[in-house]
Amino acid sequence: MLRLLNLELQKLLLNKTSKVLIFISFILPFFIILLSSLKINVFGFFTLELGELGIFNFPIIWHLTTFFAAQFKFFFAIVVVSMIGNEYSNKTIKQNLIDGLSKKEFILSKFYTIVFFSLVSSLLICLLSLCIGLYYSSYTEASIIFQETEFLLAYFIKLMGFFSLCLFFGILAKRSAFALAFLFILFILEWITFGLITWKFNADIAEKIQNFFPLKSMHKLIDQPFQRIAMSKFPDKETLAYDYAVHWHEIAIVMGWTALFVFLSYRLLKHRDL
Amino acid sequence: MEPILSINNLTKKFGHITAVNNLSFTINKGNVYGILGPNGSGKSTTLGIVLNVVNKTHGEFHWFDGQTSTHDALKKVGAIIERPNFYPYMTAVQNLKLVCKIKGVAYDNIDEKLKIVGLLERKNSKFKTYSLGMKQRLAIASALLNDPEILILDEPTNGLDPQGIHQIREIIKNIAAKGTTILLASHLLDEVEKVCSHVVVLRKGVKLYSGRVDEMISSHGFFELQCDNIPDLTKTLKEHPAFGTIKIEGNTVRAFLNEPMESQTLNKLLFDKGIVLSYLIQRKESLEEQFLQLTDNQPSTI
Repeated sequence: MLRLLNLELQKLLLNKTSKVLIFISFILPFFIILLSSLKINVFGFFTLELGELGIFNFPIIWHLTTFFAAQFKFFFAIVVVSMIGNEYSNKTIKQNLIDGLSKKEFILSKFYTIVFFSLVSSLLICLLSLCIGLYYSSYTEASIIFQETEFLLAYFIKLMGFFSLCLFFGILAKRSAFALAFLFILFILEWITFGLITWKFNADIAEKIQNFFPLKSMHKLIDQPFQRIAMSKFPDKETLAYDYAVHWHEIAIVMGWTALFVFLSYRLLKHRDL
Repeated sequence: MEPILSINNLTKKFGHITAVNNLSFTINKGNVYGILGPNGSGKSTTLGIVLNVVNKTHGEFHWFDGQTSTHDALKKVGAIIERPNFYPYMTAVQNLKLVCKIKGVAYDNIDEKLKIVGLLERKNSKFKTYSLGMKQRLAIASALLNDPEILILDEPTNGLDPQGIHQIREIIKNIAAKGTTILLASHLLDEVEKVCSHVVVLRKGVKLYSGRVDEMISSHGFFELQCDNIPDLTKTLKEHPAFGTIKIEGNTVRAFLNEPMESQTLNKLLFDKGIVLSYLIQRKESLEEQFLQLTDNQPSTI
């Protein structure tokens, strides 16, 4: 396993473009969250300190940071897609197999890399949230700090699922640009299906079905936190209440997709003549 | 003899086209094999199948004693097919290290192999800065990294300039001299003739011949003759039982032998009949002539 991970890391880290993209996808969200936690003096008119709003309190901070950091997953998605696209355009996939890598090992080396970077990203976010939280939060009891850390797990699963989807599209399309186009098409398709079901039945059923779709199910893992922040400001307004928690069945759905995408990638490669 | 690769009734179809048709042959240790055939005869497809990149339609093949899986067996094989494929943004050494990781061998061999192919002084240049000849030589170095039991080369001199072709051939000859089994696919007959001891001839995916190069067709060779009196010469030759076909090309007569005959015997025989030769040479068919004879004799199958 380490051998396969090591192989893929060498391919990625010696490539300038992927290095830059990896840097962006990990460091950028890190800095943005860090910056937003600082006191910013806007041209001397007023001081903006988001920390004062209470959004960096435990446990809500777990929700907030994971939600924002997840928006940057697209940069690493480009890396995933191009790490397949490059193998095809350089024909190195053929050479790898001739040199004695099996098709299974090839897919696994990509998948391990995905898991590795998702883990690193989750750890970074964990550390960052912990630091900012400890600095700002009004509650610092261990029991409260570690409440809702399931958002971290959700974040990890979400990244892993999304990148596995990219891996599959990469193998399917063989070219990075087409694979990204597939992602976009899938996004549109999910909404069209949603619209169709709403039109034929009703929005309730449509949403329930949509929650099983790949992109939507990943999105659903970490719901948007704005409404929750508003909720904490106006606890009386019942209309604001919504279900933002991470549910086990949501995790199971995304895990299911992940397994399916990795398996399909392997099947596709196995039956393909290179 | 110890078999390295056995192929049994291997068939590959691409849609309606049969690229490889019921092919069987065995590669034994220590020989230099050529796979010979015109473009599109199934050479690369056959190699692709045994190298795990093309799926067979039916039939089977196994490496070594048949106990190892294909991808494990490939770790003991060195192969280059078509163009050299490496990561353009890595240097020669980084590329070779990656191959070492895949094959599970130590990095110790890298410098030695780069020296064999004459790339040691460029070892830290990026692959994309290499010329085609250098890329091809790097591919050979990469194939040699694990001291393979068999080296498979698919058209290794394709697209190279004469100097590059010469360099590659020298490298191949040196490797063959060390006793490494080599399988060389090519449509260049003189290339195969120069380095191979055994040959497999393919046409349209069908095997026409497999065996030693010098036993490819049972023939006793032919004479090329010139003299002032060609009609008399051909008449005499046609009457002699030792000669089969007689061909006249310009002022040269080609007489193919049905049984062995020394050139002195023929010279004396003709001289006794009053025919004085101005030119006499005894030859065996070149591989090219043998190859054409072999491919022409077969009924075309589609």
